[in-house]
Amino acid sequence: MTAKGQITLVHLYPREMSIYGDLGNTRCLAARIRRHGYDCVVHDHHPGMPWPEQAHLLMGGGGQDSGQSRVQDDLEVNADRLRGLAADGVPMVMICGMYQMFGHAFITHDGVELPGLGILDVTTRGQSTRMIGGIVLDTDFGQVVGFENHSGATVLGAGQAPFGRVVVGHGNNGTDGTEGARTHNVIGSYLHGPILPANPAVADALIAAAAELATGRPFEPEPLDDSLAEQARTRQIARLRKPS
Amino acid sequence: MLRTSAAILAGKAVRLAARRRGGGSALPGLVAERIDPRLLATALRGVSGGIVVVSGTNGKTTTTKMLAAIIQAHGRRVFTNPTGSNFTRGVISAMLGEVGVTGRLAADVAVLELDEWHALQFAKVVAPTHALLLNVARDQLDRFAEIDTTARLLTTLGQATTQLVVLNRDDSFVARIAPALPDGIQVRYFGVDPDIADQVPSLHEADVRFEDGYAVPPPTPRDGLLHPFDARVFSVRCGETVVGPITLRQRGLAAMINATAAVTMARAVLGSAFSPRLATDALARVAPPFGRGEVIDVDGQPLELVLVKNPAGFTVALSTYGNEPVTTMVAINDDYADGQDVSWLYDVSFESLRGPGVAMTSGVRAYDMALRLDYDEVPVREVQPDLEAALERFLTAYPAGPKRIFCTYTAMMTLRRMLAARYDLPDIGEDAS
Repeated sequence: MTAKGQITLVHLYPREMSIYGDLGNTRCLAARIRRHGYDCVVHDHHPGMPWPEQAHLLMGGGGQDSGQSRVQDDLEVNADRLRGLAADGVPMVMICGMYQMFGHAFITHDGVELPGLGILDVTTRGQSTRMIGGIVLDTDFGQVVGFENHSGATVLGAGQAPFGRVVVGHGNNGTDGTEGARTHNVIGSYLHGPILPANPAVADALIAAAAELATGRPFEPEPLDDSLAEQARTRQIARLRKPS
Repeated sequence: MLRTSAAILAGKAVRLAARRRGGGSALPGLVAERIDPRLLATALRGVSGGIVVVSGTNGKTTTTKMLAAIIQAHGRRVFTNPTGSNFTRGVISAMLGEVGVTGRLAADVAVLELDEWHALQFAKVVAPTHALLLNVARDQLDRFAEIDTTARLLTTLGQATTQLVVLNRDDSFVARIAPALPDGIQVRYFGVDPDIADQVPSLHEADVRFEDGYAVPPPTPRDGLLHPFDARVFSVRCGETVVGPITLRQRGLAAMINATAAVTMARAVLGSAFSPRLATDALARVAPPFGRGEVIDVDGQPLELVLVKNPAGFTVALSTYGNEPVTTMVAINDDYADGQDVSWLYDVSFESLRGPGVAMTSGVRAYDMALRLDYDEVPVREVQPDLEAALERFLTAYPAGPKRIFCTYTAMMTLRRMLAARYDLPDIGEDAS
């Protein structure tokens, strides 16, 4: 079979910002792009490196505080480019630390305000307690399951759509029932797990948008056997929803 | 004194009861600790040859066993916590078996395995004379939250040590503890000989992501350097002194690195009394701790249980065993002791299993494991979340040839218990020798 086209997947800061298995999102996207009959080029973008010529789909993960400070300068250099890509509808999935940095600002414990890209209208405050545990969401892609582990509490700006509504777990801040944020084709979320392998509907929505950008034609998916993902997802949702 | 005696008697009574039930090793310690938190300090006051704490993410139990064996082989009386119960309560539990009601231990050297957090709690009561810091890996992130946090715990432990710290020169998180130590604390290193390091697969895949590490000074004759010959035979070089060739009963690079760490610390503790011959003989006799490469005879065929806890450990296990033609099962649970977040499975590469495939995945997260393998194009023949049904099927469907089960902590405990019932194995916590 000749490929339907070539999709370039850019993993932002795989060394600094990929600590809770978020690499699995890249592995999942690359495998599914190929299984859908497209060629996939995975480009690892490291701080200070030149930006790739093509970028149809972006992935960024969670990091430690030390990792976040290491990528700050590079994000600033590429800020306008990333804002432009987001506005053009380039699909992106930004998890945990990178989700926070795609927001307006991160305000640390001691009140220091670190500016973010402002692609998502969210603001995060550092807290002393961590929000940790299994999490289930209702989203436009159906029920999504994962694992959250964050101390930042995120608040959505007026009019900012969340990624999902919390069914079980803490979500953005543990109080307002929202989780993540979604603007254009950019998804920000706290869900590790990693999020995409066990929630293939989210992965394929991102791939569909990337395929259209890369080829100028609508996404032409292949029927994939997702029975393992379906079992993993539904069993974990059932466990988490069971009153303990 | 009266309080101490009461605490010891109470602890001993619980210990006896727990033994009869065949139960946990930490409970008696908990009871005694409630009664007299200074129990440890009192008991260890007479231990004059060194109080050695072994800490880090991977290899604590194996290294502690090896170090205790080497020091014992030199005629020293060693107190250690051999059950792998690496919390302070576990230490007290072990102690209760050995002290009289005066509360003093009759030992020359204490060799104690403690996890990063409990090592610090211990150090608040008793300052260790020696600390052996093995590695920092992404383990139990849902407990300690970040690698940097874990590394800071080990740094604080090093700072609380009074005489000498042995560090892993190949783990940037551990090596960079050296400049944070107070003046007057001796520092020694263990690791793979830098001259041959490129021929050895990396043991610290999780820890090399930051380049601005501390530059480790060139090896001195007081350091220990690993020279592997094959999967089981190696020597440890300390300047002109060569310890070995050593043949371990446990296979794999991780065990050799642990032995190198143990030899380096044993030389520090024993000083001029250290004998390379005694150390070599002692290491050759050390049986693998429970679940660390234990081989069980299943109807004439070997079945190996391999504990996997984090990406670095799983990666090393696969690089040790991955290419052998054995029938493989993987069992993943997500209880507190396993780590509740199974994301880490995506930081391990399973490509070495692609050829032989995996016969069975099991445990609460059996489907997540099968899905993980599917994304690495590793064929999985069966998925059975129920451990008992999976084990039964695994043993009966594949009667011929050697078998291996990679498993997380609670899955291993359950499987080990089922296997013990079937094949009359020694109890958990006792040596399988």
